[in-house]
Amino acid sequence: MKNLAVNNWSLLLAFALVLVSLVISWKEKLGLTKDTLYSVARAIIQLVIVGYLLKAIFKVDNLFLTIAMTLVIIFNAAWNAYQRDPNPHRKFWQAFVAQFIGTYLTLSTLLVTGAIKMVPSQVITITGMIAGNEMVAIGLAFKAMHDAFHDQRQQVLEKLALGASPKLASMEIIRRSLKTAMQPTIDSAKTVGMVSLPGMMSGLIFAGVDPVYAIKYQIMVTFMLLAATGIGSVIMVHLAYLNYYNDQMQLILE
Amino acid sequence: MLFELHHVAYRTHDTKVLQDISFNIEAGSTLTLTGPSGSGKSTILRLLANLISPSEGEILYQGQKTTSYQPDQYRQRVSYCFQQPTLFGETVKDNLAFPFAIRKQAFDEAKCLARLKEVDLSSNFLGKKITQLSGGEKQRVALIRNVLFEPEVLLLDEVTTGLDDFSKQQVHQLIKNEQERGVTIVQITHDQSELAEAKLQLHVENGRISQ
Repeated sequence: MKNLAVNNWSLLLAFALVLVSLVISWKEKLGLTKDTLYSVARAIIQLVIVGYLLKAIFKVDNLFLTIAMTLVIIFNAAWNAYQRDPNPHRKFWQAFVAQFIGTYLTLSTLLVTGAIKMVPSQVITITGMIAGNEMVAIGLAFKAMHDAFHDQRQQVLEKLALGASPKLASMEIIRRSLKTAMQPTIDSAKTVGMVSLPGMMSGLIFAGVDPVYAIKYQIMVTFMLLAATGIGSVIMVHLAYLNYYNDQMQLILE
Repeated sequence: MLFELHHVAYRTHDTKVLQDISFNIEAGSTLTLTGPSGSGKSTILRLLANLISPSEGEILYQGQKTTSYQPDQYRQRVSYCFQQPTLFGETVKDNLAFPFAIRKQAFDEAKCLARLKEVDLSSNFLGKKITQLSGGEKQRVALIRNVLFEPEVLLLDEVTTGLDDFSKQQVHQLIKNEQERGVTIVQITHDQSELAEAKLQLHVENGRISQ
């Protein structure tokens, strides 16, 4: 930990970097000054709260408190994913179920295989990584599904008219949405270490851990994200397509 | 009566598409809906196919509300064919395989070839890419897709509009074969020769029936 040098003073000086962004916005008349200041302020407040909260939770080291914290993370991720669904007939419980199963299934596999330990510092941080990536994947699936239902409206109608169930009529759309959701995780797995040194690995190297040991964690993260985004999105698309139909199996597009 | 429509109305947001539509259709008959574009003819067909539901009134099929049937199974019995059909996948086979997939049955090539022959499409059409088909060939493949499993009712939405004479003739023959099989047909057409032959007609104007 001897290499970790950041302190309040250095952070204050690093604020100059935000000023660069503000000057660009002001000079180029982008109108982003207010938004930048708001987002920086929000980030600082959120991180300070989370910092103290995590410190307290790690200190208490209580199983139920840890689980409660993971549930809060899953709930927030599900809420944010749900907000990204352009379908007016969207349902929050579907996003929650997908996030819940995807996150806990991946997390429990990591715990059972011994890749991580049942301690708050590991469980909570890993839950955040899993749920965050799932949230992005599910958000992409929602958007892709909405676009596909509008683009392929006529085809879906014809399949229904031939007597297909909504599932069969939507199968191509379900596949397309799933592919869109999983592609970024697969792509980033291809370039990991070559283009960017991901957060987990960088963090460990920063803290002075041997890079050869740090990559083991990164490999675990790669596996974990592939599984989590896959499970979360597959559950989501198989629930979300139903929101485009009514109980008479009629297509409802606003 | 096969179909009974009682005071059916259909609205989208503030637009009254259909108002107070009441008529019956006998089993085995052929009914032709006429009227200007935008009068609500296609909406009537879509209501009969249960692709949309009436805003008011009710539609009975064999004495029961259409909404009381399992919708997908109902649509296998009451089959709607679109004016400009969309073919799926890559080949003609992909399209003819779809009705089998719906019924979870294995693809029956002999059955498909026999039906293709009925509309003068040879056996090598099965492997043809849909992008290589003419408009008339596409419409014939789409119609075969509808009749492969012999529905009780065929709803034909201007299926001969824009077709060349030869394709039109093939489609007419197919419809005739279906009529002889006892299939009930409800069709929309603007074709003069088809109108001249239509014994049972219903005129739709401004969303109302005007005989």
